[in-house]
Amino acid sequence: MIAGAVRRPLSGPGPWLLAAGALAWLALVIGAPLAVVFAQAVAKGVGPFLDAFKDPDCQAAIRLTLLVAAIAVPLNAAFGLAAAWSIARFEFRGRAFLLTLIDLPLSLSPVISGLVWVLLFGSRGWFGPELDAAGIKIVFALPGLVLGTILVTVPLVARQLIPLMIEQGADEELAAVTLGSGGWTMLRKVTLPNVRYALLHGVLLTNARAMGEFGAVSVLSGHIRGLTETLPLHVEAVYNDYDFVGAFAAASLLAGLAIVTLIAKAALERTAMARTAS
Amino acid sequence: MVALAPTAGPPSAPWREPSALPGFSLAFGFTLFYLGLMVVLPLAALAAKPWEHGVAGFFEVVTAPRTLAALRLSFLAAAAAAAANVALGLLTAWVLSRYDFPGRRIADALVDLPFALPTAVAGIALAALYGPNGWIGEALAHLGVKVAYTPLGVFVALLAVGLPFVVRTLQPVLEDLDAAWEEAAVTLGAGRWTIFARIIAPVLAPALIAGFALAFARGAGEYGSVIFIAGNMPMVSEIAPLVIVTKLEGYDYAGAAAVGVAMVVISMVALAVTNGAQIALARRTRR
Repeated sequence: MIAGAVRRPLSGPGPWLLAAGALAWLALVIGAPLAVVFAQAVAKGVGPFLDAFKDPDCQAAIRLTLLVAAIAVPLNAAFGLAAAWSIARFEFRGRAFLLTLIDLPLSLSPVISGLVWVLLFGSRGWFGPELDAAGIKIVFALPGLVLGTILVTVPLVARQLIPLMIEQGADEELAAVTLGSGGWTMLRKVTLPNVRYALLHGVLLTNARAMGEFGAVSVLSGHIRGLTETLPLHVEAVYNDYDFVGAFAAASLLAGLAIVTLIAKAALERTAMARTAS
Repeated sequence: MVALAPTAGPPSAPWREPSALPGFSLAFGFTLFYLGLMVVLPLAALAAKPWEHGVAGFFEVVTAPRTLAALRLSFLAAAAAAAANVALGLLTAWVLSRYDFPGRRIADALVDLPFALPTAVAGIALAALYGPNGWIGEALAHLGVKVAYTPLGVFVALLAVGLPFVVRTLQPVLEDLDAAWEEAAVTLGAGRWTIFARIIAPVLAPALIAGFALAFARGAGEYGSVIFIAGNMPMVSEIAPLVIVTKLEGYDYAGAAAVGVAMVVISMVALAVTNGAQIALARRTRR
């Protein structure tokens, strides 16, 4: 083990001041915006708050958000596993380049992640005329929302798996193969159990980003209420209508999702750490 | 750490090491197919589109006063917010990794919230907080400071966006810092500031630059948490991603792609500069 720094209890005015400063900063930048979401959602009482969810547009937005995540998250999880298996288990030329390519979407503006699909499939895009002729709608429809969401979240599972699998090494998998196990059996019985916490962590992050994505889907949605608006887009639309209770009620649902994600993430990290320690 | 297995016969391909593990073709094939379809093809479209009206057309869009003002605002506000986060993120990371106090775990978990909280939610929350009738906006109005619907609003929104990047880059370095060094320094009679300046700061410097770069890159492209508080006045408080959205709404694909390419190029140059700084710093420390 590394002889790391030890956490000490606060003693003396210096540490107290530092801790107070850090906590005040966190409260201002993160705590206050979170608190204001819930405060505004119930500003006119619980009744109007609950009524916001009876709005059919809001319900349609919730369904669409779940649908988009249900398509994008498994695809990116499958990609993450395949990419991690290739990169962490095999030596080949261009590995570093592949890693860079996987990370690339993280540095794109979400708006650009939406724009690129419009350039390809929009009515004046590369494949626009052909798609129009065939009657296929990608932009301003579900496929576009899914593509934008996928591009924004492509690296998240792969980035959790690759460092862990490199660290674990291939010994157990080689043993399984040597003992005559087939590829799929090895995947199911050795690889997946070994990486399950990292995989779940990646899926959790992907899901949170997918359900909350705004910039990319904003460009791709066309903003048709009840049809192509995900929950974050519904928040914007209702907010721009000056229906603040409706906007913050929908926003509180998304904020709740973020909090649940963080709690699940902390629990996962603790379980994973307890497993490696024992 | 290459897991080489004994294999019979020549390697399967000259560009990769032989391995006894199965599934390379399937996994690698799927990886390439997926990346090609989801990342390379769209980015190729982005790179190809702005030149529809020639090189002059591209520069006409990019050097238009409104585009320049938006690019300047996005990248300057991102740099300022990242710089503020380097200072306050260092304080936060320091307190979270050095001291134990009730509520530390909750505070630590809260740092990740900007990763998980949808940007539109953060956006309307900030607008409500800093608006003329908001909890903070009203107090600031008495001091004569206006945040909402000004460039300052962009900066404030990007503070939250960048915080987790800086804190999460610094924390592991602070936690792994060998306590023996500091103890040795104390034994040799060094004061607190000497220890910080001579021992801790040099070790932290690469992580500080890395955290700055991450927060800057993310902030420059940020859209959702900014547009509600910025007011989006052209030439004043309009950010670059919004220029892209506006051009797309007018079906000006080439113009939108031109601004997109400009953003990507500026980000890449900034990334190269910070990478270079990190390498130069590492060389100096080793000497």
